[in-house]
Amino acid sequence: MASNAIYVEAINQAIIEEMARDQSVFIMGEDIRRSVYGATAGLLDQFGEKRVLDTPLSENGFFGAAIGASLVGMRPIVETLTSFMWVAMDQLVSQAAKMRYMFGGQATLPVVYRATMFYGGGSAAHHSDRSYPMFMNMPGFKILVPATPRDAKGLLKTAIRDNDPCIVFEDGTLGGSSGEVEEGEAALVPFGVADVPRSGTDVTVVAIAGAVPMALRSAEELEDEGVSVEVIDPRTLVPLDKDAILESVAKTGRLVVADPAHKVCSAASEVASIVSQEGFWDLQAPIMKVAAEQVHIPYTPVLERLVYPSSEKISDAVRATLED
Amino acid sequence: MENVSKEILVQMLERMWLIRHFEVRVMEVHSAGEFTGAAHPYIGEEAVAVGACAALKDTDYIAGNHRSHGHPLAKGGSVKRAMAELYGRVDGYCKGKGGSMHLADFSIGILGESGIVASSVPVATGAALAAKIRGEDFVSMVFFGDGASNQGACHESMNLAALWQLPVIFLCENNQFAVTTSYHDSVSVEHISDRAAAYDMPGVLVDGQDAIAMYEATREAVARGRAGEGPTLIEALTYRYEEHSLGLGRVRRGEYRTQDQIDEWRERDPIDVLERTLTSQGILTQEECDAISKAKEAEVEEAVEFARNSPYPEPEELFDDMWADPIPAP
Repeated sequence: MASNAIYVEAINQAIIEEMARDQSVFIMGEDIRRSVYGATAGLLDQFGEKRVLDTPLSENGFFGAAIGASLVGMRPIVETLTSFMWVAMDQLVSQAAKMRYMFGGQATLPVVYRATMFYGGGSAAHHSDRSYPMFMNMPGFKILVPATPRDAKGLLKTAIRDNDPCIVFEDGTLGGSSGEVEEGEAALVPFGVADVPRSGTDVTVVAIAGAVPMALRSAEELEDEGVSVEVIDPRTLVPLDKDAILESVAKTGRLVVADPAHKVCSAASEVASIVSQEGFWDLQAPIMKVAAEQVHIPYTPVLERLVYPSSEKISDAVRATLED
Repeated sequence: MENVSKEILVQMLERMWLIRHFEVRVMEVHSAGEFTGAAHPYIGEEAVAVGACAALKDTDYIAGNHRSHGHPLAKGGSVKRAMAELYGRVDGYCKGKGGSMHLADFSIGILGESGIVASSVPVATGAALAAKIRGEDFVSMVFFGDGASNQGACHESMNLAALWQLPVIFLCENNQFAVTTSYHDSVSVEHISDRAAAYDMPGVLVDGQDAIAMYEATREAVARGRAGEGPTLIEALTYRYEEHSLGLGRVRRGEYRTQDQIDEWRERDPIDVLERTLTSQGILTQEECDAISKAKEAEVEEAVEFARNSPYPEPEELFDDMWADPIPAP
């Protein structure tokens, strides 16, 4: 049955439903028993200390322990922030990403890393990472970037049931956004299927994570100017639904990619690369990339807001694709 | 010694000879150019893996490191599949995708080896965490070196394991050198096993040239783990006879140890130590020991032939084994 939930509640529902469904699912992370970030509320009471583990501040240690537990039949969920993934990079890259291939398919690692991206709120350079492009560059991870409560819940549920390492990049700027969510099996959202939250005919805007609501605002504004924008939310970057993007560009002939991550070698770069190679003859204008500037995140709000995409920047890019 | 069965003693000698012949043959075929890449000989250290693994069941887990041909063979892995992996062939343990530093046999609890030192320590700790969560009595053991003992991954894992009382055995193979750096120049304590005190777990210093001592120390640690009494750190004092790695000739040029030191350790060769014990106690005759060596040498030769005759993977196998639940290629 559908109900309304905010983004963080939707994540909480996904964890509760999957832990209740499957005894092999457990969750570990820092301060999760007291649910400092909201997504783990009520878990300790419902599932007990053995399956809800507060960890020491040892990311490399417990990110790796999750891998080891997954190898022998458990389904761990690890809660973290993107910024703390750097201290666990050895376990993520040397083990989680490579193990299955390196061991000729013997290893199966159903492990989920839930990494919240806090940015745009004055957290400065160490706590504002939007690091999914760096993980897209490393084969071996399935990478999810939910932009709505429905997808935050549905993709997480699918990730917990998936048998490969998944990283869910949960967008902190959307944490309080609300929307309709389903329950149980109806809530599952498949990987590799883009969502089209707005149909249009003139310009395609592929928007990632927190850029999705910006793209939708931009599309509304542009409608008043007589421009019909189609917004595509890929929802998962690995696998990427490139057919949906190419089909949309075949219809519109114009592409803007909006991505809150740094613009060099970004998810936006990859989308632009695919379309320039596989959709070149459909294009009527250069592809525009609206991604974060290639600079660290400054603390002071007057500078920080200059870094990220905005609906204004997206609208400007859309207009640029329509210039003669 | 009184509590160690003849069956275990003989099996330990067999596996030590198997590893010794395997490594000697690997050095020969590697220098003959039959395969390339790094390979790290375990010669001189055989008693550590063999003694420790003799205390485990197939349902227990191990994880290893870059110098890890000995660990899977000690746990009963297939010598043919190990050799074929070094040759990069489809019948290798990882179908040729892992090579020397990544042997694994999940069917008998060998969770694989890591080329990044200490990287498998958190992984093994996690397998032990699964035992605790599920209330099962298997244990997990991880082999790492004196060099790896300085990695944060080791310390983080030891703290986690002690905190949560996980059934993991941290088995530090102190072979004296991290490539060319003596552990005396890189470890702040006299013995790596002393560090166990920092995590409030037992720390045991063992003669790593003595397979029986290794077996007995590990058996105690395993019993503690199965009883829910938490982890143990075992430091095995041993010695690497050969240089750090095949295929890394420049490392040989560094003068970091003396011939006297090498000779001194060779006088306590782990195979000699075990054979002397077995023959002096009347458990085996020297002729029987020699026959074991010959049989294992033949087994290794068979494995070399098996590897040579196994095909290389086909180009279309390049993308196999990436995913358990496959997704389209980008």
